[in-house]
Amino acid sequence: MAKITYIEFNGAEHVVDVKNGLSVMEGAVKNNIPGIDADCGGACACATCHVYVDEAWKDKTGSQSAMEESMLDFAENVEPNSRLSCQIKVTDALDGLVVRMPQSQH
Amino acid sequence: MSEPGVVIVGAGHAGGTVAALLRQYGYEAPITIIGDEPVAPYQRPPLSKAWLKGEADAEALMLRPLTFYAEHKIELILNVKVTTIDRAAKTVGLADGKSVAYDHLILALGSRARPLPIPGADLAGVLFLRSAADAETLKAAIGPGKRLAVIGGGYIGLEAAASGRALGASVVVLEREPRLLARVACKELSDFFQAYHEARGVTFELGAQAVAFEGADGKLTGVKLADGRVIPCDEALVGVGALPNEELAKEAGLDCSGGIVVDTHARTSDPAIFAIGDVTHRPLPLYDRMFRLESVANALEQAKQAAAAVTGRPPPPPEVTWNWSDQYDVKLQLAGIAFDSDDILVRGDPATAKFAVFHLKGSVIRAVEAVNAPAEFMAARQLIGSQKPIDRAKLADPAISMKEVAAS
Repeated sequence: MAKITYIEFNGAEHVVDVKNGLSVMEGAVKNNIPGIDADCGGACACATCHVYVDEAWKDKTGSQSAMEESMLDFAENVEPNSRLSCQIKVTDALDGLVVRMPQSQH
Repeated sequence: MSEPGVVIVGAGHAGGTVAALLRQYGYEAPITIIGDEPVAPYQRPPLSKAWLKGEADAEALMLRPLTFYAEHKIELILNVKVTTIDRAAKTVGLADGKSVAYDHLILALGSRARPLPIPGADLAGVLFLRSAADAETLKAAIGPGKRLAVIGGGYIGLEAAASGRALGASVVVLEREPRLLARVACKELSDFFQAYHEARGVTFELGAQAVAFEGADGKLTGVKLADGRVIPCDEALVGVGALPNEELAKEAGLDCSGGIVVDTHARTSDPAIFAIGDVTHRPLPLYDRMFRLESVANALEQAKQAAAAVTGRPPPPPEVTWNWSDQYDVKLQLAGIAFDSDDILVRGDPATAKFAVFHLKGSVIRAVEAVNAPAEFMAARQLIGSQKPIDRAKLADPAISMKEVAAS
């Protein structure tokens, strides 16, 4: 279980508990947090679950896969700390994780 | 008495999503979802993919956890069919005799597997794949040593074939047309998938029309083809397309034409009634025509349109339609539709299992079929939407990045 803080582009914060094994994307969708669309349900097929991982958490959340990198290459507003949240699996080590959302997923 | 609010008929991907979006958009009146399956809205795409292979559980399938509906005051009425719409009284009638009033009605009725009207279709072992219950039956039926015949070489059939192989079954695909994916993909893609499946042990009978299911003691034993041969099997999965569940709307006098006719706001011919998802015959502004789509992306787009219209928000910008398929380790991503295209261009080598087929109208990309080629897919999605002409020589050269192709 990890407590994850999702921060919308407008600054609205949502702090929720997410079970181990779910993805950071699923944690948002299952709690109806706006700003993460996740159109494909986690198949790494759509790039609509784009988030920015807070600097302090970059190591613990791992790095982009080749597929993810290619998808993000064409997403809007990509930064060095951009990730597709469907590709980050939740573990106890991510307790306290903070992710921010881009202006738009499309 | 409080206002009746929104009633959503159909608890699938579209129905569940529009309810959630209405709450996200600040809608405060009651929301009721009525579904004829016994379970809350879930995702159908994994049923032929990860779920069938045992890589996703029932909880992962759920669109939202059950607690979500209570927390957001969305009433779920499950396991009951809506049988009538009384447009004058603004109520829907349920099979159990109850009636539910609405201010806005959203029809998210989905589609159903097209039946195969040949003798023997009622034998045990003749299966379809549409619902979680169907998937449960299929999963229980296939395994090591089992012989699965898939009728229909479309996406559902091929995904099930790949999952069947992963579970250790022997798989034969019977396709009426001379090639796979004949109605939905170009020949390059058909050839690629046929070879990829064959290399993983699937056999194909192309140009093969099933004329009867044969059985013994009420149980399937084989599929008889038009040429007289019988393909022996333990289970047959019928995947020959889908039909829109438009009857309820038709009987209520709403315009239907191979789907419920809607506008770009997902509104039907009755301004108080919307329709979304597989069941609609909808405008595609980018292609200047009406069409019926079967995809999650379509369900989501129309859910956004309907939720925006009900809450008085501006409509979402038109999206480029897209879809995907997972087979073995291949990720196929599709964007746009190949309407009006006059040429195709293959970027990359199909033999490497990483390539993309672009459908062009002049120098404008109308559609793409991308195999393990996410950059091509993402770039094409943008270029299809913007209709910006591209340099065909650059597009054809995989050494030139899609960034550069898109920028030029």
